[in-house]
Amino acid sequence: MAIIIDGQTRVLVQGATGNQGSFHLKQMLAYGSNVVAGVSPGKGGQSVEAVPVFDTVFAAVEAQHPNASIIFIPARLAKEAAFEAMEAGIETVVIITEHIPVHDAMDIMHLAKARGTTIIGPNTFGIISPGLCKMGIMPNSIFLPGTTGVLARSGTLSYEIVFNLTAAGIGQSSVVGLGGDRVAGLSFVDILQRFEADEGTTQVVLVGEIGGNAEEEAAEYIKSMRKPVVAYLAGKSAPPGKRMGHAGAIIERGKGTFASKVTALNAAGAQVAALPWEVPNLLAQVSR
Amino acid sequence: MKLFEFMAKELFARNGIPIPQGRVVRVPSEAAAACQTIGSVVLKSQILSGGRGKAGGIKFADTPDEAATAAGEILGTELKGFTVDTLLVEQKLQIDQELYLAITIDKAAQCPVLIASAFGGMDIEDLAEDKLVKHNIDVGIGIMPYLTRELNRKLGLSGVLAQQAAEIFTNLYKVFREYDAELVEINPLVVSGEKLVAADGKVTIDDEAMFRVGELVPHTEERTDLEIKAAELGISYVQLEGDIAVMANGAGITMATLDILQHYGGHPANFMDAGGGAGIEATAKALEILLATQPKAILVNIFGGITRCDDVATAFAQVKQSRGIDVPLVIRLVGTNQAEGVRILQENGIDSFRTIKEAVEKVVQIANA
Repeated sequence: MAIIIDGQTRVLVQGATGNQGSFHLKQMLAYGSNVVAGVSPGKGGQSVEAVPVFDTVFAAVEAQHPNASIIFIPARLAKEAAFEAMEAGIETVVIITEHIPVHDAMDIMHLAKARGTTIIGPNTFGIISPGLCKMGIMPNSIFLPGTTGVLARSGTLSYEIVFNLTAAGIGQSSVVGLGGDRVAGLSFVDILQRFEADEGTTQVVLVGEIGGNAEEEAAEYIKSMRKPVVAYLAGKSAPPGKRMGHAGAIIERGKGTFASKVTALNAAGAQVAALPWEVPNLLAQVSR
Repeated sequence: MKLFEFMAKELFARNGIPIPQGRVVRVPSEAAAACQTIGSVVLKSQILSGGRGKAGGIKFADTPDEAATAAGEILGTELKGFTVDTLLVEQKLQIDQELYLAITIDKAAQCPVLIASAFGGMDIEDLAEDKLVKHNIDVGIGIMPYLTRELNRKLGLSGVLAQQAAEIFTNLYKVFREYDAELVEINPLVVSGEKLVAADGKVTIDDEAMFRVGELVPHTEERTDLEIKAAELGISYVQLEGDIAVMANGAGITMATLDILQHYGGHPANFMDAGGGAGIEATAKALEILLATQPKAILVNIFGGITRCDDVATAFAQVKQSRGIDVPLVIRLVGTNQAEGVRILQENGIDSFRTIKEAVEKVVQIANA
């Protein structure tokens, strides 16, 4: 069991013939994802690793019936790509692209609400349900099927956490990246709700960072959860007023601090690991 | 990118938001001339920071002589870390009431939010929630006349003031959307007799949208030279105080690397996110930026996803072969194409670690030796 994507998911790759798109299409196939089609305007009729490429999402949907799309399209064209996927009826859209203007992101979320589309990202590493399906850019080797749900704002940091989980023999049900931008499709709470409802998930790891109040909002929800949650947060050493890479990772006017997030999570009963490799031990303690 | 007040007001004026009569000056004689034309004036330092009044960056003058003297006192001084080289000399307004009006992004609601208050003039953070009017704007609808009526009702505006406010709400939203702003703010929006006037203006443009609005707005800069150079390479770089230079790929892992470094007694010299998917050339240039800062040691933490370990290793090998690396270099390298990456490093005499713990312990030991 898993959330959002599983063995039934039929994957479309938008930007399939580009450098990143074709590289990760191959990686996803190698992982065992059911990649059924690619789209690259002007490249219809070609194929990448025997996956047929179409000029439009509509054509891909007609011929191959994908129900989820992953977008590798440059920032200035990404909004249009997401709109095309939604209008063609794709249910889940994963937007890998970074540097998308925030007004475009707001427009994408607006249409997604109207259409009932699930958006993951932008600026995300994607989502993986280990052993079933991968829609993302994460390395194939580090995941292990299991019952721990992982949700994160940041890609490489979540690889670090998962790497430690797998090394400790703790498998994952699904690993989801919200994306590092200010406006993202799914919030921590959206994903926690899915993990709480998922029969294949018994415990959850939340990987957060300074800035904003998403972790504080997550803490409010965690109070009502039956399943235990362990967290790791990045940015303890970050000085205030400096944007640490992610658009949202900044302590502004004393808000979004590491301490405030730890306090909120602890009050909700979620333990916060001091170092990434301490997460497996904390999980072992709470699941006892 | 933040705009100076005078730039923000120019955008306002161009889009039908009333601003006080004023002039941008850079020497005291121009301030005197402006006062001659305008009458009683306020002289406002143009810096990319709030709290100018308290810091002494705003002065009043009734005569050209007073204006010249006041301008001479402010120009060239250091204010909140900025040197004042420009003043906005504006008509001194009769102030009957100060309102607050802003549009920014509500991250949780994924849409714009209009924030207004009948109690403006002070820092909005200091205002109690019950004195604020907040309304999330549906980007499919924008600001329709009914919304302006509702906002006016909540702010207690009526008659000619309500008519002007309705136009200001609509036009401010237009500025927010058309110029890809993260924030547009008027604080205070002054009631001066029968007129509403934007007495101050703040506009922040989304850096990611500069490709399409860059020609419409003037350019400002508040980054250091190194930060600019890094940005041109697509790298996020923030200068810090310590002596160990750090490079990682991804904002989260870079923050965590700094945290772990500090946990083990090390002092990071910078935050550098070389980016997901950084190729050989970009990685090599990133390393050269770090070398230029002359740190005691360099810590590199790569967990390859979209970034390929072999690309990173090739970049390091190239830099070592072409210019040499004269600083101790500690690398942690795992992920996509890891075996190939480790092999390339080994061939070039560079050791790599598999866990961040080992790498951090090693680099702290070197830096503190």
